[in-house]
Amino acid sequence: MIDCVENRLLTSRRGLLLGGASFAAWAYLPKFARAADGRDPRLVVVILRGALDGLATVAPIGDPDYAGLHGSIALTADGAHPAIMLDSFFALHPSMPEFARMYRDQHAAVVHAVATPYRDRSHFDGQDVLESGYAGPGRVQSGWLNRALEALPRGERVSSGLAVGPTTPLVLRGNAPTVGWAPVALPQADDDTAMRLVELYRHRDPMLASALSQGLQLEKAASGDDMKPKPGNQVAQMRQVARGAAKLMAADDGPRIAALAFDGWDTHANEGGPIGRLAFLLSGLDGALAEFESGLGDRWRETVVVVATEFGRTARINGTDGTDHGTGTVALLAGGAVKGGRVISDWPGLKLANLFEARDLKPTTDLRSVIKGVLQDRFGLSDRVLAETVFPDSASARPMKGLVA
Amino acid sequence: MARDSQAALVALNRFGFGARGGASGDLINAASDPRGFVKAELARPSGVLLEAPGLQSTPQLGQAVFAYQDQVKQAREAAAKAVAPTEAQPAQTPADQKPGLRRNLSLNTVATEIAGQMTEAKPTDNKPADNAMKPDAMQPAIAPPAAKAAPQPLNVIQKTFRAEALARLQRATLVDCGFTERLVVFWSNHFCISASKGELARMWAGAFEREAIRPHVLGRFADMLKAVEQHPAMLFFLDNQQSLGPDSRAGQNRKRGLNENLAREIMELHTLGVGGGYTQEDVTSLARIITGWTFAGRQGQLGVPGSFVFNTNAHQPGPQMLLGKTYEATGLSQGEAALADIARHPATANFVATKFVRHFVADDPPQPLVARLRDVFVKTDGDLKALATALVDSDEAWQAPLTKMRSPYDFVIASGRLLARVPEDPGGYLNNLNLLGQPLWTPAGPNGFPDTSAAWAAPEGMKLRLDIASQMGARLGNNIDPLDLLEFAAADAASVETRRTIERAESRQQALALLLMSPEMQRR
Repeated sequence: MIDCVENRLLTSRRGLLLGGASFAAWAYLPKFARAADGRDPRLVVVILRGALDGLATVAPIGDPDYAGLHGSIALTADGAHPAIMLDSFFALHPSMPEFARMYRDQHAAVVHAVATPYRDRSHFDGQDVLESGYAGPGRVQSGWLNRALEALPRGERVSSGLAVGPTTPLVLRGNAPTVGWAPVALPQADDDTAMRLVELYRHRDPMLASALSQGLQLEKAASGDDMKPKPGNQVAQMRQVARGAAKLMAADDGPRIAALAFDGWDTHANEGGPIGRLAFLLSGLDGALAEFESGLGDRWRETVVVVATEFGRTARINGTDGTDHGTGTVALLAGGAVKGGRVISDWPGLKLANLFEARDLKPTTDLRSVIKGVLQDRFGLSDRVLAETVFPDSASARPMKGLVA
Repeated sequence: MARDSQAALVALNRFGFGARGGASGDLINAASDPRGFVKAELARPSGVLLEAPGLQSTPQLGQAVFAYQDQVKQAREAAAKAVAPTEAQPAQTPADQKPGLRRNLSLNTVATEIAGQMTEAKPTDNKPADNAMKPDAMQPAIAPPAAKAAPQPLNVIQKTFRAEALARLQRATLVDCGFTERLVVFWSNHFCISASKGELARMWAGAFEREAIRPHVLGRFADMLKAVEQHPAMLFFLDNQQSLGPDSRAGQNRKRGLNENLAREIMELHTLGVGGGYTQEDVTSLARIITGWTFAGRQGQLGVPGSFVFNTNAHQPGPQMLLGKTYEATGLSQGEAALADIARHPATANFVATKFVRHFVADDPPQPLVARLRDVFVKTDGDLKALATALVDSDEAWQAPLTKMRSPYDFVIASGRLLARVPEDPGGYLNNLNLLGQPLWTPAGPNGFPDTSAAWAAPEGMKLRLDIASQMGARLGNNIDPLDLLEFAAADAASVETRRTIERAESRQQALALLLMSPEMQRR
């Protein structure tokens, strides 16, 4: 009955939902949330679609090969926009001051040289692996987070009302019921999509190229400097989705577990260094994390936010000041429950011989171990459930211990 | 049989609404016999009719509007009488709802609050293209403003408009090629009314098309013309129910006279075209001839309320001279005879043939093809099926490059077909059409929506199309393989660049947006 109502609402609002970001949450309160020990954990999974450049987000400044490989876009510890040193070796992108503060307060951590088991370089397949939790791509219609929820005692239903939202990200799709929500307004297509389309039109349809370019310029003129957060642009949208999601999750009867997806990380050209396109996106992500912190209030103490992407990017920049599809990258953890203040890495080094296929950061940590560690610490899932149901055939990727305080 | 994907693209996109995704096999079928694929629908004239449960006739709909208007009036009068007791009704906030509301707030308020912020931040986003449009049926998908808790239930007019829209959208999504539906859209725009004229027009917009356009799309032009000019929706839209013969009894009694609006548009927009050889004197004369063409009002004095009637009392007496011919004072048949002659006037043949070729083939229509279709129109006495067949049989229609721009309506329908999504609710479609400047059945004037690429490939329009495509990508991209869709949409007729752009997209969502915006999906 309730599901019918939700479906109807979804249908009637389908017209105008947010494009560049999406949010979905579990509809039930886990049984133990109100148990005697008072633990009431919250978990947010943020998927960055398009493949985040981990070497630009958390730069191995101490690696002698880094500056040469990342060339014109490499971060430095000095200069006009110095990267923020996390330790003596790794430095955080300067457009993430909030994450840096959380890190200093030991509520944020970085896992570096991490990857899913996927070793090819297709976004679609890579995202399938990241979200489905299976070892290889395939058309599985459920995600690891949903299967983790299925393994939990269900408890009571929360947030009985409105369920508005675009499609649920694969990671949270499956048998366990979820609700979705998204700000309602006509969103703008992101710049990356627009640029790709202009490029296609330039080759195939010059008249449409000129019309669309003009239209985009009009839009820019209307919203001013594109690099500043303005209502409606991507940075503002990311914050907005996070703010809404945090508000929902902060309620006594709000969802405890949620997933979001942010698009636009496929920085093939003009990626930018301390300022530029990636910097712009990272500031949006940083803002979103800050929104979760402030929006969750007291609940932040019980929260873990996991930020993950389908794969990394080439260690060496390409001919257009960007990076191509790669392998190893970073995963970020933030939240009051994170045992933070550290970069967790078995650093493989960036010497040519140490690169994966002589081009990518070699993954030394399985992303599944990180996530399994969080799920085990937070929700008490057994090794067996994690290795067979949540991440099938992942027994070799042992849950990482001690990620959560 | 040899496969010709390029010809299949012409068959599906130039003549139809584009290939359907899923198991339709449209592109393969069209490729094996492109002309046959298009013409198959012409063999089934009854397939053009649109009957769906709940869709009512014009008189029934008119009566429902009259009843609704009476209700509103009575409620207003009742409210005016009961001035004082506002406290007597502590409004819709009973105490027992509060905890429930609060519980739901978690999701509800956040959504509305944020929606409110977004709306404030970008006030132009949700503005309907037509200011005259009411924020009702055309905007169902927009979140209610933060202040208003419960959404107003739809009134009978809004419900009807949405039901009519849904029936049309579903038909367009489901048909094989869509050629006859494209013909319906063409003729409906040629003989357009606008729902923004008022409650009756909004109520009748769908019925007008079902009753006056569809039965004649594969029939005779003269029959369509008569059905249109005698339809209550058209008479209301172009004010003919107000036009009185100056010497008629009603004109004498009420000291009122002609309204030339309908007569002028009949000649200028429906038949002869500007420069079609008529004078102002002819306009006035035709206006006199069709005085008395009206519809029965709520009292039903002239006939069944909401039905076409000829009101002798309003009809200008006496013979009239029109385009060099005298029409005797025969009442209703005076106007019918005049319309029949205008329908077979050479200028009409030329006007229709030009517009037809411009719509289907090129903004600058190839003249030999126009001439051929004009001759077909003349020789067959305006047989519209023969006209459509001649178009499909022509070489020009298959050889001209696909440079026409899909209209917003074509674009949203083609996208829905490719994604194999049968609309269950018209809200999203209606919204997108508003945003893109083609609100359903609501053109800005009696000349209908524009039909040139320049109009639809305007900068803001392209940007909005991209935003909408991007949104569809975000919503639907999760589950689909964009390369499969490209196979359904264009197969090997897709350009290398389009294929590469889709392959290299950073996500399925982005790939779907790019596919929907590709020249293969935008041009026809």
